Amino acid sequence: MNTTRRDFLTVAVTAAGATATHDLAHAEAHDHQGVPSDVVLRVKSLESLLVEKGLVDPAALDAVVDAYEHKVGPRNGARVIAHAWVDPAYKQRLLANGPSALAEFGYGGTHGEDTLVVENTPRVHNLVVCTLCSCYPWPLLGLPPVWYKSAPYRSRAVIDPRGVLREFGLVLADDVEVRVWDSTAELRYLVLPERPAGSEQLSEEALAALITRNAMIGVAKVALPQKGARL
Amino acid sequence: MNGVHDMGGEHGMGPIQYEKDEPVFHAAWEGRLYAMNRVMGAWRKWNLDASRHQIELLPPANYFRMSYYERWVESLIERIVKGGLATRAEIESGNAAPGSSKATPPVTTANVATALIRVSARRPVEVSPRFQVGQHVRARNINPIGHTRLPRYARAKSGTIDRDHGVFLFPDTNAHYLGEKPQHVYSVRFSARELWGDQAKPQDAVYIDMWDDYLEPA
Repeated sequence: MNTTRRDFLTVAVTAAGATATHDLAHAEAHDHQGVPSDVVLRVKSLESLLVEKGLVDPAALDAVVDAYEHKVGPRNGARVIAHAWVDPAYKQRLLANGPSALAEFGYGGTHGEDTLVVENTPRVHNLVVCTLCSCYPWPLLGLPPVWYKSAPYRSRAVIDPRGVLREFGLVLADDVEVRVWDSTAELRYLVLPERPAGSEQLSEEALAALITRNAMIGVAKVALPQKGARL
Repeated sequence: MNGVHDMGGEHGMGPIQYEKDEPVFHAAWEGRLYAMNRVMGAWRKWNLDASRHQIELLPPANYFRMSYYERWVESLIERIVKGGLATRAEIESGNAAPGSSKATPPVTTANVATALIRVSARRPVEVSPRFQVGQHVRARNINPIGHTRLPRYARAKSGTIDRDHGVFLFPDTNAHYLGEKPQHVYSVRFSARELWGDQAKPQDAVYIDMWDDYLEPA
């Protein structure tokens, strides 16, 4: 019964999203969005049991949620990339030994102990995926978005990376080499995107503001803001 | 195991559903569940590989029907029960069994930052690498019924060792508590044509991290 209701709601959400955005490829549908179901009660009941048994401290749970909602996220990775763009020696360290260069920013720890930074150039484009689950460099990018963990991305990133990139609006020239990194082990990957032409005058901070999560996964390039936009 | 989680190269999964300005958690329960999963790990009743394998054990229809965090709910409950931290009856009722003792949470706000730093899977032990950078290798054609991180699309395919990452514990044994079996992990470059045939561009490649036990000389 729950499934039927969910399917109905998913269809409704899909239709609404497609109409509102006129962007069918990026229709905003999520089967867990706004759907009240037993999972809410199940998780609430689980937490209350674990607290009653003294297995978890609810305040510690608050702290974890707060950390990932407000402290750890793609701004961390963007700071590192912007610094690599303005400091060639740092960039060299970052590419040669990711973990020690990232530690200069204080980044490391869970799901980021062994991070490799791979560089995009006019000849080479890198793309990161985890076909088996959802491995992702948490300390640098936060928790992965739903699409990164979803079957469409995980299945196609390795067999049709150029098609996947086209869905993100990125068309690569035929002679560019595409390197897909499948995170099957405890190594984590971060893409060092190309610095956009025309950004020579920008400060490190202004550069960091341009660098998106998607560019550091490899599904986008970094672009300058459109003319007239404020930096 | 040859499960639906191993989906590299599958067709028919549909378009990528991109959400602009996506929140970290889409509902409060996702955040609570994520945090419980992290904090409960401090009881050291399971390891990361066992957690991943628990999700792989979901029946395929459930795996696809559930959202990402819904899979985690089922996985966490199974691990809690198997680890002896709570009984299935307690989980179903939501109440501790009468007369059961109360534990002291290992993770509190005072130590949450350090308690959540996972013990790295890297192992500081001397193990000789079986392969060298630049060497041609073939991924073994194995089909273990248990946990493995060797994706099906790479099995029996040939590639080149691109770099040696050093020594890490081996998930195929660690997930089943059969020992860490530390060994070298390499980044292996597979040409896209080797994996997918002529439909792929000749210069494109997939880099896959592989343990020594997954490889043989080509």
